[in-house]
Amino acid sequence: MPSYDGPLLEATGLHRSFGAARILRGVDLRLQPGEALAVVGPNGAGKTTLLRLLAGIMRPTQGEVRVLGRVLTSSAPETRRPLGLLSHQSLLYDDLTILENLIFAARLYGLADPAGAALAALEDVDLARRAHDQPRRLSRGLLQRAAIARALLHKPRVLLLDEPFTALDATAAERLRVLLRGRLAQGLAMVLVTHHLTEAWELASRVAVLAGGRWALDEPRAGDLAAFLPRYHELVGA
Amino acid sequence: MPEAIRLAFVIAAKDIRAELRSRTALLSALVFAALVLVIFNFARDPTVLAATDLAPSVLWVTFAFAAMLGLNRAFNVEREHGALDGLLLAPLPRSSLFWGKLLANLAFVGVVEAVTLPLFVLFFNVDLSAALPGIIGTAALATVGFVAAGTVFSAMAVRTRFAELMLPVLLLPFMVPPLVGAVQVTSRLMAGRPLSEMLGWLRLLALYDIVFLTISTLTFAAVVDE
Repeated sequence: MPSYDGPLLEATGLHRSFGAARILRGVDLRLQPGEALAVVGPNGAGKTTLLRLLAGIMRPTQGEVRVLGRVLTSSAPETRRPLGLLSHQSLLYDDLTILENLIFAARLYGLADPAGAALAALEDVDLARRAHDQPRRLSRGLLQRAAIARALLHKPRVLLLDEPFTALDATAAERLRVLLRGRLAQGLAMVLVTHHLTEAWELASRVAVLAGGRWALDEPRAGDLAAFLPRYHELVGA
Repeated sequence: MPEAIRLAFVIAAKDIRAELRSRTALLSALVFAALVLVIFNFARDPTVLAATDLAPSVLWVTFAFAAMLGLNRAFNVEREHGALDGLLLAPLPRSSLFWGKLLANLAFVGVVEAVTLPLFVLFFNVDLSAALPGIIGTAALATVGFVAAGTVFSAMAVRTRFAELMLPVLLLPFMVPPLVGAVQVTSRLMAGRPLSEMLGWLRLLALYDIVFLTISTLTFAAVVDE
């Protein structure tokens, strides 16, 4: 891939409607290497829709998303290669084992050693010993770890996370924070959508509040969470 | 091997592996096919209707509805745990996704047809020895067309609330041309008629395949993208 020194992820004037319902009303976003943007907002603010637009699995009604400077479209598959997504669903198949699921994903990304990459990703989330289990045999927390392994498998340069700490115990959550910090230090850019700011606060370099389909706030993280929360509640009218 | 073709095979291999593991759709389709043949066999009065008059229609109705069970499952497995999002996010052309699903569906329907055909011979007591190569060729020609259409409609139906009900409603009208063509060719093959009498129907089947493979490849992105 040619060298690129612009923003890894850039969204301009994103609008998305479902029928008469306008979910996003002009969202702009720029993420540089090493930046982690925590997106918070009340239910129905459009956080998950924003993430799906940024991942290219939903088309904006208006506006565009650029990944490493290239416009994200369904007809340009290579523009999606730098993206990793942790959705609120695991993206795994129940009839395949966890290892088979990850090998399949590695093959989709054309990785040189699919089995090696899959096992390494499972090691990263401490799930290698359950590699031969099917997803239906895993607890919610272990399934979340498998989904994280799938999202990180191809070493994405832009990571989109929807509630990454859901169902994780304290040890697994800390392990994920360490893993993500390591990737951020290597130049990953990250959008982290969450209701649990407590767990994401230390990871984030910027915090944005989405309310009514627009940014109500987008600023570098400063100070501690306790000082931020009253402002957040004021912004979302809670 | 070009990347788009490699990716299509990766998707087909995944679907086949998953189906071999669960055997949900395959067993359902085979049991369904056997039951349809049994019912038609016992519902027919052999003193009124000769087996060869009814057999081609029965064969193709069985193939078509058994195939529907597999086509229904093709994208339902992608809905579980949001797996379709993983495919749409991956750097693969939407056409590779279509062709991968098509290959897996063809393998599935091919197995169902290969098992159903001997059962059909058994129940209807028809001699297919001379017509067998022709019937296999006709089955291949007709199956490609309706499975191509079924793959697209399966992707379309899976986003609706009643996917299992929606697929037959969408697909059956589009299955009429290949089924009529296949029944006509099969009747003539079983009656030992010359090839010249079937050419028109064979052309229809070939044309249907070309049209639906082209349209499906070109429109699949619009169907799967939200």
